[in-house]
Amino acid sequence: MNHEAHCITESGRACSGYCCTKIENFGVELGNLKILDNINLHLHCGELTAIIGPNGAGKSTLVKALLGQVPHTGTISFMQANATASKAPVMGYVPQNLNLDPTSPTSVLDLFVAARSSYPVWLLKPRKEVQKVREKLDRVKAGHLVHRKLGALSGGELQRVLLALALDPIPDILLLDEPVSGIDQNGLELFYETVSALRKAFDLSIILVSHDMDMIYKYADRVVLLNRTVLAMGTPEEVFNSESFFEVFSMNWQKRRMKDGN
Amino acid sequence: MAWWYRFLEILPFEWAQEGQMIFMKNALLAVVLLSPLFAILGTMIVNKNMAFFSDALGHGAFTGVVIGSLFGFVNPIGSAVVFSLVFALLIAVIKHKSRMSGDTVIGVVSSSAIALGLFLITLGGRSFAKVNSYLIGDILSINPKEIGFLFVVLVLVLIFWCLFFNRLLLVSINPSLAGSRGINTFWYETVFSLIVAVTVTVSMSWIGLLVINSFLVLPAASARNIAGNQRQYHLYAIAFSLFSGVSGLLLSYYIETASGPTIVLISSIIFFVTYVFRKR
Repeated sequence: MNHEAHCITESGRACSGYCCTKIENFGVELGNLKILDNINLHLHCGELTAIIGPNGAGKSTLVKALLGQVPHTGTISFMQANATASKAPVMGYVPQNLNLDPTSPTSVLDLFVAARSSYPVWLLKPRKEVQKVREKLDRVKAGHLVHRKLGALSGGELQRVLLALALDPIPDILLLDEPVSGIDQNGLELFYETVSALRKAFDLSIILVSHDMDMIYKYADRVVLLNRTVLAMGTPEEVFNSESFFEVFSMNWQKRRMKDGN
Repeated sequence: MAWWYRFLEILPFEWAQEGQMIFMKNALLAVVLLSPLFAILGTMIVNKNMAFFSDALGHGAFTGVVIGSLFGFVNPIGSAVVFSLVFALLIAVIKHKSRMSGDTVIGVVSSSAIALGLFLITLGGRSFAKVNSYLIGDILSINPKEIGFLFVVLVLVLIFWCLFFNRLLLVSINPSLAGSRGINTFWYETVFSLIVAVTVTVSMSWIGLLVINSFLVLPAASARNIAGNQRQYHLYAIAFSLFSGVSGLLLSYYIETASGPTIVLISSIIFFVTYVFRKR
């Protein structure tokens, strides 16, 4: 369901009927080293944009810069459908993992209450609040995990919990930073299906950093090939068949895909 | 304090009778205040793997005491608080600015501090003996004014914990995630370090530099063995801390040992027992 409409690049003008996000002249420098340079992206709501690139291409840096945690040049602006003014987008972020030792006495409920409310989690959690958290978790089929310890979750369960957290409140842009490392195949399918359904249900712009070309081919609307700057952009078909793609990645994956006949 | 002395008279102990052993009664009240204070701060220290940091804080505070007594302050705790605040800030800023591992930064700053303290105290051939009391600590020396001060510290920490614990927890779980929800991670980490610094410093003369870190780490570590969420974690940590504090103080009175180490020994026994029965 690609939106045919596209953003008008002139700043201060609405996207034609749809909401969109414009990332313009984005760059990150560390000392004298240019980690990212001249990034221009238009993200449409309801689309999943996958960012791929070799290790060290600056994918995670781009995510950090979009979150405002790394100083950057350039602008990011979000425009509501038919709005005349842009605003800073509300970001939902799903990290790669938690730096939590597995014995940590932190339950899923603790994490949610800590993030979304001012009830001190060490003191009280009103029943109404617990019910609300359960509803948020139900969005990603994880309601039954509410009282489990974070360290006792499987990789796939943890990612769905973090996804539910990123969706509360519903963001303008959902950032997924290689969210599927260490997940079994079933968990992987479930995760991508959930993300895919959410993008339609909430008209979300999703940015996904990933290495998993099979899943990207199946679920992404657009692909951005990144190596310090944008090398190629378009539908998965277009990018995977581009010259830059062949240059950056070995052709193994492409061959395997043809052989499998997908 | 009269209400406390009267309350203790219902206990069947010899020292608890009217007019007896005022220092013991003061110490007991001090332990009742110190235990929850250290247990609460300890839960976050263990969450954030800051055990080495809080240990180093004692070293910084020690040097502060030395500098204070060199300048002739009657009560060098004031200068010690200032020094350990500077010390904690220094560690926080170096950690934030450089890419060196936190352990290394703490190791460098804390060994420099303790060396400076020992250098200054022995300067001109003076004896080390007068700072001995800060190494072992003496809870029996606490007076009612200091107990009042401890009470104020406990109340302030409880207020801080009610208002900001959620954000501290989120920062400890994942700084980027916390940042994406608008939390200034550096600020929260620094303020927490400063609170621990002040608490460790003011308590050092009662608990002793050598064992003070165990007061922070052991109750939380034991609670972690059996707790399933943050509320149980806090509840168990406070309970263990209170139990070992009160029983350790009483035991040290009857078998005539230093109270700090006795309390810590009981805490360690609790740790190993909970370790055996830990939730896997």
